Amino acid sequence: MAEPISGTDSEARELDDVQFRFREDEMVDHPAVTVDAFVGQTNASAVRIEPGDDARDLLPHLGRIALVEVNFPSFGDGRGYSAARILREAGYQGELRAVGDVLIDQLSHMRRCGFDSFAPGVRLDEEDAARAFATWPEVYQAAVDGRAPIWTLRHGERNGDTNG
Amino acid sequence: MKILTGSDLKSGAVVWWDGSSWSLHVEDACDVGEDAASIAAREEAERRVVVPYAIEATTDAQGRVRPAHIKDRIRALGPTVRADLTLRPADPEAGTWVI
Amino acid sequence: MYQYDRYDQQMVDARVAEFRDQVRRRLDGKLTEDQFKPLRLMNGLYLQLHAYMLRVAVPYGTLNSTQMHMLGTIADKYDRGYGHFTTRQNIQYNWIKLEDAPDILAELSTVEMHAIQTSGNCIRNISADHFAGAAADEVADPRPYAELMRQWSSFHPEFSYLPRKFKIAVIASETDRAAMRLHDIGIRIHKNDAGELGAAFYVGGGMGRTPMISHLVREWVPLDRLITYAEACLRVYNRYGRRDNKYKARIKILLHEIGAEDYAAQVDAEYQQLLDQGVEPPFAELQRIRTFFADPPFVEGLSDGVDQSDPAFAAWVQQNTHLHRVHGYTSATISLKPVGGIPGDATAAQIHLMADLAKEFSFDECRVTHAQNIVLPHVEQRRLYELWQRLDTAGLATANLDNIGDIIACPGLDYCSLANARAIPLAQKISQRFSDNGKDAVIGELKLKISGCINACGHHHAGHIGVLGVDRKGRENYQLLLGGSEGADTSLGKITGPGFDEDGVVDAIEKTTEVYLAQRQDGERFLDTYRRIGMEPFKEALYG
Repeated sequence: MAEPISGTDSEARELDDVQFRFREDEMVDHPAVTVDAFVGQTNASAVRIEPGDDARDLLPHLGRIALVEVNFPSFGDGRGYSAARILREAGYQGELRAVGDVLIDQLSHMRRCGFDSFAPGVRLDEEDAARAFATWPEVYQAAVDGRAPIWTLRHGERNGDTNG
Repeated sequence: MKILTGSDLKSGAVVWWDGSSWSLHVEDACDVGEDAASIAAREEAERRVVVPYAIEATTDAQGRVRPAHIKDRIRALGPTVRADLTLRPADPEAGTWVI
Repeated sequence: MYQYDRYDQQMVDARVAEFRDQVRRRLDGKLTEDQFKPLRLMNGLYLQLHAYMLRVAVPYGTLNSTQMHMLGTIADKYDRGYGHFTTRQNIQYNWIKLEDAPDILAELSTVEMHAIQTSGNCIRNISADHFAGAAADEVADPRPYAELMRQWSSFHPEFSYLPRKFKIAVIASETDRAAMRLHDIGIRIHKNDAGELGAAFYVGGGMGRTPMISHLVREWVPLDRLITYAEACLRVYNRYGRRDNKYKARIKILLHEIGAEDYAAQVDAEYQQLLDQGVEPPFAELQRIRTFFADPPFVEGLSDGVDQSDPAFAAWVQQNTHLHRVHGYTSATISLKPVGGIPGDATAAQIHLMADLAKEFSFDECRVTHAQNIVLPHVEQRRLYELWQRLDTAGLATANLDNIGDIIACPGLDYCSLANARAIPLAQKISQRFSDNGKDAVIGELKLKISGCINACGHHHAGHIGVLGVDRKGRENYQLLLGGSEGADTSLGKITGPGFDEDGVVDAIEKTTEVYLAQRQDGERFLDTYRRIGMEPFKEALYG
């Protein structure tokens, strides 16, 4: 389960808003910039993707990115799932944070698409969230969460090379 | 007149606002005037109704409430092709009331 | 038939538990209706005119008798004693309570069934040729590919919030019996010169407000790349499909706007990326699934031929049976279109009977067709008369397959909250009219399809005669379309002119058939005559 985050630094809004985080490293302490601003400058290490942005614009710069926020203005707009997967498939190892209209019932899919931190616009019930993260005992598809899909398990490879 | 309708959250049954609660029968519907939005918001928040909306209606010669649109008359009665499943299974006039 | 292993069962059970929890949170007030709606839709639960409606998936339309019995049991236990078979090979119940829905899904899971992704903006239940595994003209059974895609598309993490719904159909013969070209993706399994099987991908078909016939996007996808290619097709759509207007959000609009070639190029680029990602299942998995669809133990050496001395039986044989690839067998269609009846509806008792007949006559298997009928795919011809007698006794032997009485109709305004006009009463009147005047059999093949709104669940664009119900100043009005087809020769119907009221459109359809009967040449179907003589003679008869 997620390490609880204590929001000690009231200046750093992002820190306070992160409710679930599945990684150990230090959080980026400066705000994320837009994709356009990011591509045009060199000192930022946090970037925010909006639904209409092309995640592939970031691929040449992955080495200097520590945090990608993917915004979900509305939970029904699923472009952020593709953006997340594209980044992970390209080898991005930094933090991938879902922000905005992030609700209980989307958590399990977001996790599978590579999100490892979550900053819901409205704080989620911890118990419901814990149950949601554990929804799937196994998975049908290879995604970017390292889980071996059922069809790999069926054919005897527990540790299938599902991440490519 | 303006009446308020919606569906019962748990059963999905068609319901009509009668002034103090929700009735299964359109003839119980009351004129909600300008209060439709506030009643709807309160009742939906209390989870007594789902997808509430106000509609125009008239009263017929017998004083029965008749929704202005055919869709709501079918909701009030039941499927016209299964008289046995409507709220007025024994009433041969029920179908003509809808049309 | 496919059988679940413990993984499949675990996944469906997990889904039931998830939905039970979602319903609890809805009833507890932790989920608003706006938040809950897409979740219930992804479990097949709609809020319709009179109650909740539950659409249960019948993957690629195939059922065994245990599953069919369960459908009857649910009709009795949780609904009002009947169900409605749909144009996407599913079944829906009209009087469901939200509180009961998790229990129904739990009962379905005991017979390896579910309602997963029968609605919502996700990949819907996958349909297939209803004669799969039986048709003489198929190069392979298409269902293993549909089953592989069922698993891949279930709970897909990236494609559960698409711009709009997404429908896939799989066929494996030249003749298209699944309206494949009118799906978001249509897959046709075919053979190359070397005798290998591959998949042709047709993308961007659909009916609805803007009907379009799909484009061939790739002629040959190797079977061990099927999932990777499909994933690429979906990713391009998820990223670039329009989300600003729900009426322009289907993939057909994307292809229309950027062009099929540009779409194909984008898919190809995505496909190249995904080839390195290991998303394809091992080929052994496809082989494992195929073993479930091996032939049933057909009796060998049977000869073809049926004693048709009983004229009522003969009419049914000629109309409702289909050539089987094994000598001595046939595929029999049970029409759910009795004269004056409700298209696609079946009572619990009829569902149980059809389950029994599937077990006794068809190796424990039946199919739901997109034309809202039931098929017993593998019936011994020498037992056909016995089968027919059983059906006839139960009122299920209507001999009208593909005739004007075999009407496809959506539930329309009698049940559906989206509808603008009723579809069922119209179907009943037409079927009664053409039975009373004796023309049903004279006219022969004439596919009549009725939708109660522009969403086109009744496939009116693809009817030889189509009817679209609209709301005209608060009254039901019906537009007539001619010349649609969903077969190998897919075409979209054209509107004749101003609409009609309910009785008017029945008369108009009769006039239309009179033009055909007067003009037809040897062996022509209605559609052939229409294509030869065009719209004008019909317009003249209708409005002249």
